[in-house]
Amino acid sequence: MNTMNEQSTDKTALVAALREILPPESIIHTEEELRPYECDGLPAYRLMPLVAVLPERVEQVQQVMRLCHQMGVPVVARGAATGLSGGALPLADGVLLSLARFNRIIDIDNVNRTARVQPGVRNLAISQAVAALGLYYAPDPSSQIACTIGGNVAENAGGVHCLKYGLTVHNILELKLVTAAGELITVGGESLDAAGYDLLALMTGSEGMLGIVVEILVRLLPSPERAQVLLAAFDSVERAANSVGEIIAAGIIPAGLEMMDGFAIRAAEAFVHAGYPTDAQAILLCEVDGGNEEVSAHVNQVRQLLLDQGATEVRTARDEAERVRFWKGRKSAFPAVGRLSPDYYCMDGTVPRRRLAEVLTGIGELSRSYELQVANVFHAGDGNLHPLILFDSNNPGELKRAEDLGAEILELCVKVGGSITGEHGVGHEKLHQMCVQFSPAELEQFRAVKRALDPRGLLNPGKVIPQPRHCSEYKSLGTDTLIPPQQRVGGRG
Amino acid sequence: MSVAGPETEQVLQAAVQQAQEQRQPLEILGSGSKRFYGRTPVGEQLSTAAHRGVVNYEPKELVVTARAGTPLTELDRVLGEQGQMLAFEPPRFGPDATLGGTIACGFSGPRRPYMGAARDFVLGVRMLNGRGEVLRFGGEVMKNVAGYDVSRLMVGALGTLGVLLEISLKVLPAPEQEQTLVQELGSLQAIQVMNQWAARPLPLSAAAYDGMRLYLRLSGTAGAVSAGRSQVGGDPLPDGEAFWQALREQRNAFFDHQRPLWRLSMPPGAPVLDLPGKQFIDWGGAQRWLISDAAPESIRLVVQQQGGHATLFRGGDRAGERFHPLPPPLVEIHRNLKHAFDPSNIFNPGRLYPEF
Repeated sequence: MNTMNEQSTDKTALVAALREILPPESIIHTEEELRPYECDGLPAYRLMPLVAVLPERVEQVQQVMRLCHQMGVPVVARGAATGLSGGALPLADGVLLSLARFNRIIDIDNVNRTARVQPGVRNLAISQAVAALGLYYAPDPSSQIACTIGGNVAENAGGVHCLKYGLTVHNILELKLVTAAGELITVGGESLDAAGYDLLALMTGSEGMLGIVVEILVRLLPSPERAQVLLAAFDSVERAANSVGEIIAAGIIPAGLEMMDGFAIRAAEAFVHAGYPTDAQAILLCEVDGGNEEVSAHVNQVRQLLLDQGATEVRTARDEAERVRFWKGRKSAFPAVGRLSPDYYCMDGTVPRRRLAEVLTGIGELSRSYELQVANVFHAGDGNLHPLILFDSNNPGELKRAEDLGAEILELCVKVGGSITGEHGVGHEKLHQMCVQFSPAELEQFRAVKRALDPRGLLNPGKVIPQPRHCSEYKSLGTDTLIPPQQRVGGRG
Repeated sequence: MSVAGPETEQVLQAAVQQAQEQRQPLEILGSGSKRFYGRTPVGEQLSTAAHRGVVNYEPKELVVTARAGTPLTELDRVLGEQGQMLAFEPPRFGPDATLGGTIACGFSGPRRPYMGAARDFVLGVRMLNGRGEVLRFGGEVMKNVAGYDVSRLMVGALGTLGVLLEISLKVLPAPEQEQTLVQELGSLQAIQVMNQWAARPLPLSAAAYDGMRLYLRLSGTAGAVSAGRSQVGGDPLPDGEAFWQALREQRNAFFDHQRPLWRLSMPPGAPVLDLPGKQFIDWGGAQRWLISDAAPESIRLVVQQQGGHATLFRGGDRAGERFHPLPPPLVEIHRNLKHAFDPSNIFNPGRLYPEF
């Protein structure tokens, strides 16, 4: 692991300077106390930060940033660390800045339908706090019980309902950020747009590289009058995948449209007893929401459509309890699959929906050639795949094989016109695949954007945007973590 | 005229490269329907109008990719044939308005508060930066968080960061039915009612107030529209579509003036603004049109105090500030970003703000 800073930071001097800003209990610098901060939700990558700090006021974040700016110390921001791409992986010579103590909902405005929150507030807590007003916050990543809104902004998190209700970028209005130089800025505003460039969009999904989010104004939506979920079983993955396009072609935008393959179905069923048909090769979960009349009309239409597409069975949740159970199976699919394997690796590519069936077939072939089981659970409505690669890191070489297989899956997504990441971010994990998705000129443009906001390269350096050297090495020689396409274990030449 | 596509792209690329070498400012335009917008255009004209045509349209994917010079009328026709639409309901301000100009201005119509803005539907762009490099960001997929969101950054940047070549947009099915309902109300009450309905699960797709009457549009299945109607009340407006089009295109009587027209972007629940002149409320309270000769500073102060920002949309002094002045740290970020994309400052210099 190398960073952009060649000289190592004087830890003693740094800690002494931080003590001027923060109370002693907000500065963590001993090895055992730092241990919990060494990784995020992608534990394959671990690194101990030099120091971790837990400020609780915006001025403290500004002071920490000013100090680090002055000393040339890189800073990695961290929310709940549920991220799956190593975006909050610390730097050995850097400060890890935890926003965990920024956990207050500052204001709820029922007239303008907004909530002003601190970054450490959990995603689900927002919806819970406004439920009595008949409102909710739409983006709902699977980790919504644990993940924080600040992290959601950094990753532009999506979730199950984003085909209809959008991603984080569509559901926030304003951000307060601390810049690399420690300045407090506001982008966006209380109105639906702001003067000047759309910095709100630029900041969202920038993975902590352009600023540190310290306050968020989120938009709240009225809770739908009714939501109804259908479960359709298929005897082939292709048929299930093709049905997705047909529902959309019929003019229906489902609130959620999720797919699981046979392996994932059986794992989820064994884990939470959702009532899934365990002999199916694929299931689709289709949720339609809206007014009572509209939902009834759409449920009938979707049911007929799924049967016409060759579904072997279509069930409609009879009551709220069954609806929740159907979703529970989907939402616990990751841990359910995780129970069956010592380790698993979750991917996050997106593809145009019409290529779904083809990509799933491709993943199946790759899975066989790498001799690693892959379970497929994904947001079928928006073509966002989450293949779960099962492996055992105790078997020599198996982690590397899993990583190579993951790399090939992502490169397959790019090849069919998709992206290497739909909602988990590039982080540390997908740096090499950025070289596949973007041209050298495009990567250089990203670097120029980074310099425009962080000229000294102190915010989460080394993530997201690879250096030119990384790309040329990746394409020709391979690297420490990944070997080039032609030399991969299961590689096809 | 040559065939649109690689040839017209090369022409644009060569023009930008030459302009960069000669430090020649360029005024980027499509059909020129929005030349009235922003500060006075300067530079040699670079037209994207010949670079037109739909590149890819997949109705089942809800995605269309079209060249910047594609007229909106052509897009409407192509999408309409498949029962789909641009859900941000873009204003045209001219019969030949292009997609590129629409996105560069970031204009959205009456549906905006309920369905989203132009920026919400942009999935990807192909563009030329100030070095004349062809770059592609985003793509044709619904979700894409690889790298910074440069595509959305282009929306509303008024061409100051690059020349748009192609734009990929999410499209949506056109509603099965629409109905506009009218009722007479006082302005205070109208703002209240618009916000009250927006907080309820209703198929609302537009809400405006002309000073006397509140107009609400419902869109969806026949059942949803009639159920919504029984809740919101009011009398059906026979040609509702014509009303919304006239509002979107600023062709109704309110806009028939030579005096300065201001666009006030407000929190939707902001009270009636105490400003001289007359007002028309759109976007369920979030966009207020003001025709007023009042001093720009006094308008901006009132608007800012209520959490909004003010744009001098038409008329008035085009050499002065058209957009709400930015605080100093944001000016610096804007200038740095401008430099990152257009180091020779050739694209629409000064069109957005005098500083860059």
